[in-house]
Amino acid sequence: MESMQARVLLAGRARGPVLKLETDISFWGGVDPRTGCIIDQRHPQYGKAIAGTILAMYRSIGSSSGSSVLLELFRRERAPLGIILVESDFVISLGAVVAREMVYADIPVVCVDPAGFSALPHEVEIYPSGLISVNSTRV
Amino acid sequence: MLDGCGGEAVAMAMRIVTEMGRVQGAAELVDVNSAHIDSCLYHGLSGVEFAERLVARGGRVSIPSSLNVGALDLLHPEKVRLKDPERDYARRLMNAYVALGCIPTWTCAPYQAGYRPGLGENIAWAESNAVVFANSVLGARTNRYGDFMDICCALTGKAPLTGLHLTQNRFATIEINTSGLSDKLKRTDVFYAVLGSWLGRNIGSEIAVFSGLPGVVTEDQLKSLGASAASSGGVALFHVTGVTPEAETLEKALNHQPAKQVIHLTAALIATERDRLSTTKSSHLDAIAVGSPHFSVQEFQQLLQLLDGRKCRIPIIACTGRHVLEELEQRNWLASLSQAGVDLLVDTCVVVTRVFPKTSGVLMTNSGKFAHYSPSLTGHDVVFGSLEDCANSAIAGRLVRAESSWV
Repeated sequence: MESMQARVLLAGRARGPVLKLETDISFWGGVDPRTGCIIDQRHPQYGKAIAGTILAMYRSIGSSSGSSVLLELFRRERAPLGIILVESDFVISLGAVVAREMVYADIPVVCVDPAGFSALPHEVEIYPSGLISVNSTRV
Repeated sequence: MLDGCGGEAVAMAMRIVTEMGRVQGAAELVDVNSAHIDSCLYHGLSGVEFAERLVARGGRVSIPSSLNVGALDLLHPEKVRLKDPERDYARRLMNAYVALGCIPTWTCAPYQAGYRPGLGENIAWAESNAVVFANSVLGARTNRYGDFMDICCALTGKAPLTGLHLTQNRFATIEINTSGLSDKLKRTDVFYAVLGSWLGRNIGSEIAVFSGLPGVVTEDQLKSLGASAASSGGVALFHVTGVTPEAETLEKALNHQPAKQVIHLTAALIATERDRLSTTKSSHLDAIAVGSPHFSVQEFQQLLQLLDGRKCRIPIIACTGRHVLEELEQRNWLASLSQAGVDLLVDTCVVVTRVFPKTSGVLMTNSGKFAHYSPSLTGHDVVFGSLEDCANSAIAGRLVRAESSWV
């Protein structure tokens, strides 16, 4: 893959390593709002850090407190750098919208189709237009 | 409102409502009649900063707005072990939402505290179990609003006209046929928590209609089903043929279209799902907790009958709301509960704040929602069982679980 076009929910630019969630997660009870690590023991990626990643996930599940956890991650600078979804997830988008209003952070949130999701490489750059490209400066 | 003529707080709320409308592709906004606010539960200083900004800018809700649980039991402050500064932040957050004009109900079951929107009524509710109950059992219309959006809708009285506010998005797409399960199983309360857990994990973003369930499913059973499904998954609406208001018939629930898929549940599938809710096989228990969603008066009645005057060796922590506490007082049940070893926690619950003395151990519960969230939020492994199992285990001081009800 060299690049793909995503649908923009919130425009922005970000570059980083992709953390692709293998199953859906509830941010509340699933991610520690202080550290940005996955704390749901039933999740296959238990213990992984979402901070500093381009977080790729189909959608969020569970609690509507997820937006609060995401906002707290922004305030503590432990949030993802960008989020790639398959479904236009309300709880996730809201956390990012409020983070902009509170001037904590300004990250892109975009949607791709399931085939695009499967094809995401280990590292990408998201552009304000929704273009996702493989990061050529990867080390 | 965006121009600030409704005040600065309303302008800030309207920016968030319209931006979320744009993200969701909504062409217009819809008037909402009530809000249920989950943002009053403390998760970090960011939530306090947000709420206090709305207060400082003169915010005041424009529609009746009930409040979800907070991180403190304001009536029994000693029961919550949260330490400063978190304790102080949690109180500031609760105070801010009262200052915005919200009603201090402090419950995750507002629908059992007198807040019952009607069929077809547009509302803006947060708290995943309250959302699924309002949509499914009452037939009101709300999306799964997250924290912050709830108060923004409450301040503006508006929500984006999209998703479950629209009739065409409320029909079932998948039939879950339960006719292969025994009537005995389908009459038990605990079955509904397990059914909900299965639904949440398997339905994705489709909408289910259950067929073959008895026509006498109780409100507390539907409450349990919804809460479980909204914990293990993102379920915001389900239908039960002959029970819920938008499913008088299977055909009507499906909008007279064939189901995309018909899933036939088996006893083995349900037993596997039940086992998933437990994370340990330990027979040693450190705590027993019930009441997620908040315990109703009917559930307290069942618990008292099951305890039958016996005393618990392990206290049962029952989480509930002030609306139930008042009724328990009027019915003179508080003394019986206290003598039996039932410890009431109000305004909050055991997974949203620090209640247990230890940060690890084993929790027994009949709540699918507690079972789902307890390991990550309290550090306690979970043993899942029926309310009767919880009562018998509390009395015995160790795990006692009947297997016979699962066939």
